[in-house]
Amino acid sequence: MAKNKKPHNKAAKPESKAENKPPVKKSDEAQAAKPVNKPDSNTPKPEAAPKAKKAAASVRKPEASDNNKPLIEVRDLKEYFNINVGMFRSKPLKAVDGVSFTINRGETLGLVGESGCGKTTVGRTLLHLYKPTGGEIIYDGKPVKTRDDIKKYRRKATMVFQDPYSSLNPRMTVSDIIGEPLDVHKLYSSKGDRMERILELMSYVGLNSEHAARYAHEFSGGQRQRIGIARSLAVNPEFIVCDEPVSALDVSIQAQVINMFDELQERLGLTYLFIAHDLLVVRHISDRIAVMYLGRMVELADAGEIYDRPLHPYSKSLLSAVPVPDPKIARANQRIVLTGDIPSPLNAPSGCPFRTRCKYATEKCAEAMPEFKEVSKGHFVACHRTGEIN
Amino acid sequence: MALLEVKNLKTSFFTDAGEVKAVNDVSFSLDSGKVLGIVGESGSGKSVTAYSIMQILAGTGKIVGGSIKFDGQELVGAGEKVMKNIRGNKISIIFQDPMTSLNPTYTIGRQLMEAILLHTNRNRKQAYERAVEMLRLVNVNEPKKRMKQYPYEFSGGMRQRVMIAMALACEPDILIADEPTTALDVTIQAQILELMGSLQKELGMAIIMITHDLGVVAQICDEVIVMYAGSICEQGTADEIFYNPCHEYTKGLMRSIPTADTAGTKLQPITGTPIDLLNMPKGCPFAPRCDNAMKVCLTKRADRMQLNDDHAASCWMNVKKGIDSGEIEIETKGGDEDGKE
Repeated sequence: MAKNKKPHNKAAKPESKAENKPPVKKSDEAQAAKPVNKPDSNTPKPEAAPKAKKAAASVRKPEASDNNKPLIEVRDLKEYFNINVGMFRSKPLKAVDGVSFTINRGETLGLVGESGCGKTTVGRTLLHLYKPTGGEIIYDGKPVKTRDDIKKYRRKATMVFQDPYSSLNPRMTVSDIIGEPLDVHKLYSSKGDRMERILELMSYVGLNSEHAARYAHEFSGGQRQRIGIARSLAVNPEFIVCDEPVSALDVSIQAQVINMFDELQERLGLTYLFIAHDLLVVRHISDRIAVMYLGRMVELADAGEIYDRPLHPYSKSLLSAVPVPDPKIARANQRIVLTGDIPSPLNAPSGCPFRTRCKYATEKCAEAMPEFKEVSKGHFVACHRTGEIN
Repeated sequence: MALLEVKNLKTSFFTDAGEVKAVNDVSFSLDSGKVLGIVGESGSGKSVTAYSIMQILAGTGKIVGGSIKFDGQELVGAGEKVMKNIRGNKISIIFQDPMTSLNPTYTIGRQLMEAILLHTNRNRKQAYERAVEMLRLVNVNEPKKRMKQYPYEFSGGMRQRVMIAMALACEPDILIADEPTTALDVTIQAQILELMGSLQKELGMAIIMITHDLGVVAQICDEVIVMYAGSICEQGTADEIFYNPCHEYTKGLMRSIPTADTAGTKLQPITGTPIDLLNMPKGCPFAPRCDNAMKVCLTKRADRMQLNDDHAASCWMNVKKGIDSGEIEIETKGGDEDGKE
């Protein structure tokens, strides 16, 4: 099973995707009451998973899934927080302001931007952890709106949090942490069943069964993140929002966890929204990458495309700022150093939000918000001067 | 003579569970005007090395051996009085977290002036002028207005600039930067690194850059020390370390970073977890995680071996290579046989 699943996520053609993927997942989802889905008891351990992506990388296609129905579609998503600015007055903080994108099945969409740009809020709103102020979230063709929708949706979409130290309850054992989603959604018929599932999940992420009775503080950062990932896999999801899952980890451990995300995707056919500020990590793991600035998406394109040919001035400077671990390249690299800081979303500039730090800004940029439009196939950008400056 | 010379430095923390040898026999020297990078994962002892130089170790920490010579003056055991004159004045430090290193209840100006008043003979007015000048130097706009503001009114990047201004106010000979950009965004990181690079050239000081980010090292360091489990495993010029790594740990680190070329492929992580400093193995500390560990690695630590003028490493693989190529003759004092495990 792992064998016929592995190609679809990075490189497969749409046709093969369509025939490979849905039957497996959908039939399982149809019988939602089935507590435990054990798709691959005989598949190899994560360490031994086939290295399919290496070969697949070169043929990765940006438009691979255009005629495929997206798993998640977000239309004009808005999330405003009310901030008190005086004793009786409040003002909306537009954390996310009109973001639209789609994520296809088996795909990884990377979401990057500076802190405060709203990338985490997008992830959380997407899972209805925050109630969206406006816009639509369409999952698998059906809008997610009512409480019932949300409850069902939460069985299919889960989250891995950034901080492995604070996102695990220190008073719960590992088996309770991983089993909690099973309890909430009543996904087992007996205690033995529950434990079996927990141990299975632990083996997915490379934890031993003897770890089950321990507490989170007994583990290192990398292992804690594995616990968090096992928890997010408990309900057998199709879609996982990964909110900076490796940024708290050391380089050597980070690579282990990144590989695990890759392997789980191949094995379980997962779809990821991968939020991170480390652009090298995002580049490595993503099929497509979206760049956010001040609550808006400024560019969205295939991962290779956005690195080779960034169009938005903000993406350009963001990418040029990445420290390359190679002294010769680093010395030769002409960085586009932005001046100033990201403005407060409470006092966002008029027109294009980036214009205050943009060297190409003109009067037009101050007057009107640029449209987020497709300039070449699959490459979206929101800039008035895209044609002139590139 | 080198500006700073650290020899066989040993720093331990005495905890209830036993002695933790956080820094174990570290030696290096730093010339003026150079940028030295210290890399390693958390717990490798890179920060403790810096704190030992400044002698600002936390309660249970103690320098148990070795020497630290600044400009010929021995600092280990020199006493608080001497250290007070060194700290901030000759050697300054910038901490990792600009959010918590500033006092939230004092204005930026007062905190900047404190350092200047303490270490120089300037009066308040001169100190104020110096503080404004320093803020201007680190590209803070409207420095006079900013002097009156409190830390909460500054963004992360701005606070780190203030920290740099504070550290440089007394024109130190050495600036120790302990993960100065880890808490910052890449765009702000680029600003800060650029600023540090230009200030270093302008003022001719030496920088010790402590980081876990090899990208940062590649960008500004002349020389690099790679630390693992409290000891130096490899040391050399940046080019040597990046293009010719000679310790298995360094090689592993280089392989495990995602780059543009690794997209769509599997990364090659270093297996296992970092070592527990309370239960150090007898041999090479990296041996339990090393793919090429030999018998000798598990029983005996490799000595530091000078590979060329700019490069030294402590790894048995280099000895093996030397023996294989006939460059090294096996000495008779024994124990150095190296069959593959």
